[in-house]
Amino acid sequence: MVTFFIRRTIGAALMLFVVSISTFLIFFGLPRLAGATPETFAARYLSRTADAHAQQVFAEKLGFYDPLWLQYWNWIKAVFVGTDYDYGTGIEHCAAPCFGYSFRTNHAVWDDLVDRLPVTVSLTVGASILWLLTGVAVGVLSALRKGSFFDRAAMTGALAGVSLPPYFTGLMFLYFFSYQFDLTAPGGTYVNFTDDPGEWAYSLILPWITLAMLNAAAYARFTRAGMLDTMGEDFIRTARAKGLHERVVVTKHGLRAALTPIITIFGLDVGLLLGGAILTESTFGLKGLGYFAIDAINKQDFPQIMGVTMFAAFFVVVANLIVDMLYAVVDPRVRLS
Amino acid sequence: MATRTETSAPEATKAPAKAIEGRSLGRIAWTRLKRDKAAMAGGVVVILLILMAVFAPLIVSWFGHPPNEFHQDADLLAAELGGLPRGDFLFFENSGMSGDFLFGLEPQNGRDLFSEVVYGARVSLLIAFLATLVSVLIGSTLGVIAGFFGGIVDTVISFLMNVFLAFPLLLFAIALVGVLPDRAFGLSGNSLRIALLIFIIGFFNWPYIARIVRGQTLSLREREFVDAARSLGARGPYIIVKEMLPNLVAPILVYATLLIPTNILFEAALSFLGVGVQRQVVGEPGVTWGGLLADAARNSVVHFMFFPGMAIFITVLAFNLFGDGLRDALDPKSKR
Repeated sequence: MVTFFIRRTIGAALMLFVVSISTFLIFFGLPRLAGATPETFAARYLSRTADAHAQQVFAEKLGFYDPLWLQYWNWIKAVFVGTDYDYGTGIEHCAAPCFGYSFRTNHAVWDDLVDRLPVTVSLTVGASILWLLTGVAVGVLSALRKGSFFDRAAMTGALAGVSLPPYFTGLMFLYFFSYQFDLTAPGGTYVNFTDDPGEWAYSLILPWITLAMLNAAAYARFTRAGMLDTMGEDFIRTARAKGLHERVVVTKHGLRAALTPIITIFGLDVGLLLGGAILTESTFGLKGLGYFAIDAINKQDFPQIMGVTMFAAFFVVVANLIVDMLYAVVDPRVRLS
Repeated sequence: MATRTETSAPEATKAPAKAIEGRSLGRIAWTRLKRDKAAMAGGVVVILLILMAVFAPLIVSWFGHPPNEFHQDADLLAAELGGLPRGDFLFFENSGMSGDFLFGLEPQNGRDLFSEVVYGARVSLLIAFLATLVSVLIGSTLGVIAGFFGGIVDTVISFLMNVFLAFPLLLFAIALVGVLPDRAFGLSGNSLRIALLIFIIGFFNWPYIARIVRGQTLSLREREFVDAARSLGARGPYIIVKEMLPNLVAPILVYATLLIPTNILFEAALSFLGVGVQRQVVGEPGVTWGGLLADAARNSVVHFMFFPGMAIFITVLAFNLFGDGLRDALDPKSKR
């Protein structure tokens, strides 16, 4: 068990390492191939009026003349132990985990990320509870009444649900519920949970539903398939033969087995969303990590892009790791492989 | 295909009064598919959409106005309403919908929304199809190699798949499109963008195909006919191409069909976020459904959101229906 955990943790760390190298190469290596020079990189930190000499001095200070591997080393070192930046006006210490400073605002990237996290977490938590409950409930009912009207209607609805882009449903919801009927908060509103929980939920209800709809549909499909498989298993027949109540057979024997793969996917989806629900956030103007990422990309702010990508990849890898470990605890067969 | 006789036998006995004859997997699948009404409907819509994309100029010349034509006359657009089109239709207020403009007008610009939606199918389908092709090529090659050779090769390829799955995909695609230059590989403007989008979307989706192909290859490798081929002196490449590949066509086909709608959504999402194909005022319009939705989001006029959104929805739904049906038809274990 312990060796399994250690092996998986090392694997996860290795994966983050590979992701960080590829991200770094894409954002700092690729522009060079496309003709960017250390001076043009430095120019991003300076005002437009800065002359060529100032750019050179600054590029030197930020280490843009160093070979790429050294730049990467400095970047990763800063993440773990922090670093000092010499801006000429004095030395600024950037404590670990240091993802550098924004090209534009000179804010520490890490602080910005931590700032944006509550919005994304709020969105993810509410939506994921909503879609897990509805998706699994619909899936189980469909599987138990396979071929019935409810089943067919639910599965048609689910297929339609996975085919709907979230920004389309989001826009339509906003148009009807916020602007026409004035039932929900308009786009761009967000209230901190700590300030007012009621307002917080009110401002997030539409994004939650939008995000949940997409995933609930997918989960209903997964659950139905899983339930159908499980309910055909021998141990279900055994449970019935023992004379167990049908409710007990379904919930304790059927659902438990069918839910394991669902929980796996759930863990991964939540991990993915924590890195930024880009589409939902930009549809509703929620200033979370996804919004931050789009903004950083549009402004070509490489330290920010690097930071948010790594942040997102970190959540995915950690979610993967947690799911794998939970699996190993729950299902002893996993450890053998 | 000798290995599939066990599935064709019970099917053949079901058909009464007909002589029992050997049927190929393809024919069995086709008969099953024909019975699946939803899948057939999806298939028909897919064909219509492809025709619509190919013959977009013709359709637009019959039922609309060229997509780059601005209609800003005072009787069409109401200046006092900030350029919203005049005329309501059902709950589409200020849409300007009429026999002349089937889906109404774009606010301010006054372009014909119908022809824009029709042209949108071109970019959407072109990118989705070619990106799927890229994924299938990379995915099935690496999947077969990983599954067939096993050992360290498998470990490396599987690790690579996991790395790709750990990338925040959408984020990465947006960033990549943004970071690349305006002109490269002898291409520029929208043709470069389309090429990049095809490559990026295709390149990031290969692990899904690879995982399935790898799994199939792993189980095929242990089958008797592969042993037989090997004992006859066949080597790796021969076995892969002649023995494995024919058996892998069905799953690859199914997952390619199901990958197309994913790619359509992906392209639409990128366009919605403003990094997709760019709108042109002259020449090939470069309209995208996602781009139209992004414009609509700034305007908050319902018909402007509705038609491009529905175009995405119907297209994706049709491919999903067809793909689901194809999977059921080609899966010998399917309990239909």
